[in-house]
Amino acid sequence: MTDTTGATPVRGPALDRIARRLAAVLPPGAVITDPVRLRTYECDGLTHHRAVPGVVVLPETAGQIAAVVRICNEYGVPFVARGAGTGLSGGALPRTDGVLVVTSRMRRVLEVDLPNRRAVVEPGVTNLAITEAVRPHGYYYAPDPSSQQVCTIGGNVAENSGGAHCLKYGFTVNHVLALEIVTPDGDIVTLDADDPGYDLLGAFVGSEGTLGITTKVTVRLLRAPEAVTTLLAAFGSIEQGGRAVSAIIGGGIVPAAIEMMDALAIEAAEAAVACAYPAGAGAVLIVELDGPAAETALQSAEVERVCLESGAFELRTAADPAERAAIWKGRRSAFAAVGRISPAYIVQDGVVPRTALPGVLASIDRLSAEHGIRVANVFHAGDGNLHPLVLFDDAEPGAAERAEAVSGRILDLCVEHGGSITGEHGVGVDKARYMPKMFTDDDLDTMQLVRCAFDSRGLSNPGKVFPTPRLCGEVPGVRRGAHPLVESGRAEQF
Amino acid sequence: MGAPYGSAAVAALRGTGAEIRDAGPGDTVAGVVPRWVALPGSTEEVAALMRVCASLDLAAVPTGGGTRLHWGRPPERCDLLVGTRHLDGILEHASGDLVVRTQAGVTAEALAGALAAAGQELALDVPAGGSTVGGVLATAAAGPRRLRYGTARDLLIGITVVLADGTVARSGGKVVKNVAGYDLGKLFTGSYGTLGIITEAAFRLHPVSPVRRWTTVRLPGPDSWTVPDGSGRLEAPIGPIGPTGPAGPAGPAGMGDPVGPADTAGPIGPAALASALAAAQAEPSAVELDWAAPSGGVTVSALFEGAAADARAQAVQGLAGACGPWEVAGEAPAWWGETPGNGVPGEILLELRVPPASADRALRAVAARGLPARVRGSLASAVLHVALPAETGGPEFAAFVSGVRDDVRPLGGRLTVLAAPPELARRVDPWGPVGALPLMRRVKERFDPGRRMSPGRLAEGL
Ligand SMILES: Cc1cc2nc3c(=O)[nH]c(=O)nc-3n(C[C@H](O)[C@H](O)[C@H](O)COP(=O)(O)OP(=O)(O)OC[C@H]3O[C@@H](n4cnc5c(N)ncnc54)[C@H](O)[C@@H]3O)c2cc1C
Ligand SMILES: Cc1cc2nc3c(=O)[nH]c(=O)nc-3n(C[C@H](O)[C@H](O)[C@H](O)COP(=O)(O)OP(=O)(O)OC[C@H]3O[C@@H](n4cnc5c(N)ncnc54)[C@H](O)[C@@H]3O)c2cc1C
Repeated sequence: MTDTTGATPVRGPALDRIARRLAAVLPPGAVITDPVRLRTYECDGLTHHRAVPGVVVLPETAGQIAAVVRICNEYGVPFVARGAGTGLSGGALPRTDGVLVVTSRMRRVLEVDLPNRRAVVEPGVTNLAITEAVRPHGYYYAPDPSSQQVCTIGGNVAENSGGAHCLKYGFTVNHVLALEIVTPDGDIVTLDADDPGYDLLGAFVGSEGTLGITTKVTVRLLRAPEAVTTLLAAFGSIEQGGRAVSAIIGGGIVPAAIEMMDALAIEAAEAAVACAYPAGAGAVLIVELDGPAAETALQSAEVERVCLESGAFELRTAADPAERAAIWKGRRSAFAAVGRISPAYIVQDGVVPRTALPGVLASIDRLSAEHGIRVANVFHAGDGNLHPLVLFDDAEPGAAERAEAVSGRILDLCVEHGGSITGEHGVGVDKARYMPKMFTDDDLDTMQLVRCAFDSRGLSNPGKVFPTPRLCGEVPGVRRGAHPLVESGRAEQF
Repeated sequence: MGAPYGSAAVAALRGTGAEIRDAGPGDTVAGVVPRWVALPGSTEEVAALMRVCASLDLAAVPTGGGTRLHWGRPPERCDLLVGTRHLDGILEHASGDLVVRTQAGVTAEALAGALAAAGQELALDVPAGGSTVGGVLATAAAGPRRLRYGTARDLLIGITVVLADGTVARSGGKVVKNVAGYDLGKLFTGSYGTLGIITEAAFRLHPVSPVRRWTTVRLPGPDSWTVPDGSGRLEAPIGPIGPTGPAGPAGPAGMGDPVGPADTAGPIGPAALASALAAAQAEPSAVELDWAAPSGGVTVSALFEGAAADARAQAVQGLAGACGPWEVAGEAPAWWGETPGNGVPGEILLELRVPPASADRALRAVAARGLPARVRGSLASAVLHVALPAETGGPEFAAFVSGVRDDVRPLGGRLTVLAAPPELARRVDPWGPVGALPLMRRVKERFDPGRRMSPGRLAEGL
């Protein structure tokens, strides 16, 4: 838990010159060089990685971003995009020697096109603002990260963010129809789902700002479902809850969301927001069904039956939006709530196949006991996305290190079970070192080919995602080894 | 290249362990006859083949079932056809996780059969007939239910590929939720074999719906469709409703506010019907169109799946009835999910995409050309296939393409040539302008600097 790039900004004369150049292409007040103001951008939601940016710019148009990027290219300095800074993997960690491009002045909803069920927005628009713009017409934007009031669509695109409802509706990548981007060379290019050829739009989503800066997003809008049913089921144990999840999915039902919390997470939520979940629960399961009323009615009866059969000792069904909000309150507050029961904590994000959940949770229990570190489990049970909250006391010597160790071991468990080191928070700086656990050198080198195609100079958010970024050789296609025919003596020349 | 080199190359190819034979006329790739055919049995053998190709500078084209090998442009060169027929293993079906991992040569019907045992399916609507997992991905093929489940790229969760230099690379995995690293699977969907050979893929599955119902409507021809204004956009076919509440005094399964004849001057066109269906809270999985000839009427059919499918299919009767005679059936219409071409080399097949609300205008643009086109496809997503008769002449074809493009460009649409005989294809730009083409070329240069993987099949430089 150390500062990543040193805390003291040392802006050399080169950056001063760049700042002057930037000021010439940006509106007044859009270039920040004041050290105190720069410091407010030193980290994202993962606060133990900090670096004061060399310069911050607040552009208002794609053209201005392109101009900024071209100036960065001219001087060979890196640039990092930033939305709301809620990222949890240090993706928006600035560079002391570079430019931080903040989209906070690009917050317009440009077009709402209901007949085509789409909206066009600027990258700094918050996730929730899109839904708010179309809600009066009976539509919404489906991906709903818990941070949706604050996080930006540009950040969502970069992280391929999910949300509680991605079990049924998918992630950001399934809901973006087109992007306007500024490439790392400073060109403005549109990536469209209707384009023939390689799906560059899909490859760009989730690239964590390493392939360029998003300047406009066309999103798909969904019609609000006719009915929403939210159930809360309380179980004596996580195992029982897990059994219910398997039985629901196995029964051919794909709920909009299935979320689970363990006893410690419930305790924290109770302390923080008094969510009044059933007393004595070892686990609670929240199941939300949505769709045509005739369908959800059948399905909710089935879910209730399955939960009782799996050992649920109490069931609550929300009868109205207020009751639904009450059920979700505990879950939504969970991350922040653990602050009530622990001085410090790490939010982990890993994925295992859903059927591996019970075994992995048992292993986490063991890890927790071995290291004397408490772990509260909150997770998207439907898709096996774990968010273990690793609790520790930062005043206790060695506790932070033990917590780090437990947190890292949890990722190992995910990889061992064929899962992923991140389901939605991204790799950023935080998990770049874990990438080799999931991918071979060849896998990573191949991903690097994509990087080089977009960003041959490595200026766009360098140092993120990949552990040991390689240089993009300007002369590609050097043959490996000797010619096999020459080698085998079957041919001398061809 | 002389015979000695040829036999040495064959020996090197055989040294990989893959089955090798001389190519014949039946192995033609869009008019180009390769020299050899390789049938590798593992990812490792594919990698070994690609290493040999790299060292001998042989160009390779992958093929699965060969059902769409004539799609795309002829390869600039092709020495080796790499068939995936022996890569036919279903590696893992984790039914509890709704995930399957397969080799790329598994056919759609073999996969469907294996998954059906667990009541699951890959929701891509690939018709029977030998299409393979790799071919479906490489052509980015998707059927009617794209409206609900998306296309191949939305269901693909992991991929293994072999690059031109023999590098084996994987991305994604076998969990649905995963944001670690770049998603190479996205790049390879729609790549037509130009970036490398797909050898394995993992997909997210869905439960098979026990009940399916199709509500099918017959609409009159384009002369009588109402297009409300000149903006290229129809009025929103539904009224405002609360975010989660039902849509007021609607049918049993909630239809929102259907477009009624009272709101419009005449019969409603297919676009308005599709828009209203797509937005209906009865939630169809697909809304498809079939138009046998531009002079005649169109058929629009909506699929309802899942619990209460029957009630929901009936619930759209208000909408359907406003447009023409309709019926609800338990079987799909005969044309459902088939491309309108005959699927054999020589066919002329185009893909027309517009924003969905502009579909009527796109259809009129086709009708205006006066050729006997057949149009079929996903109306609610406005991804339509247009087939022209095989005997269409070169100038007529070129005029059709440029005329339709001129008409749909202002709507934000595009027309792509999927398949056409070389003498026709050469007269037109198969894609029309694509802003991302320079970036695609840079991707191609990085993945295949020697231009050995299906060179030129997609577009100039790819
Ligand atoms: C309390 C809390 C709850 C959360 N819950 C969820 C959740 O449920 N699901 C989930 O997926 N995530 C969740 N997150 C994580 C975070 O909110 C998301 O990753 C979000 O998408 C980040 O958006 P942002 O605008 O804050 O981006 P930032 O943090 O500013 O940036 C994130 C990354 O995106 C890049 N970026 C930002 N804007 C652009 C742009 N215009 N162009 C190119 N790159 C850009 C940055 O360089 C960086 O790499 C949560 C975070 C918090 C703090
Ligand atoms: C909705 C829908 C409708 C369809 N309608 C019809 C129809 O009416 N009739 C019909 O016959 N088919 C139809 N198809 C099937 C489909 O278009 C193709 O048959 C299928 O996509 C190609 O599979 P294939 O194995 O035959 O590929 P091939 O024809 O062998 O190859 C097609 C392309 O993919 C590339 N390719 C193949 N395998 C690989 C690989 N492993 N790695 C990289 N590139 C590869 C080839 O080089 C070639 O460019 C339909 C599919 C869908 C989804």
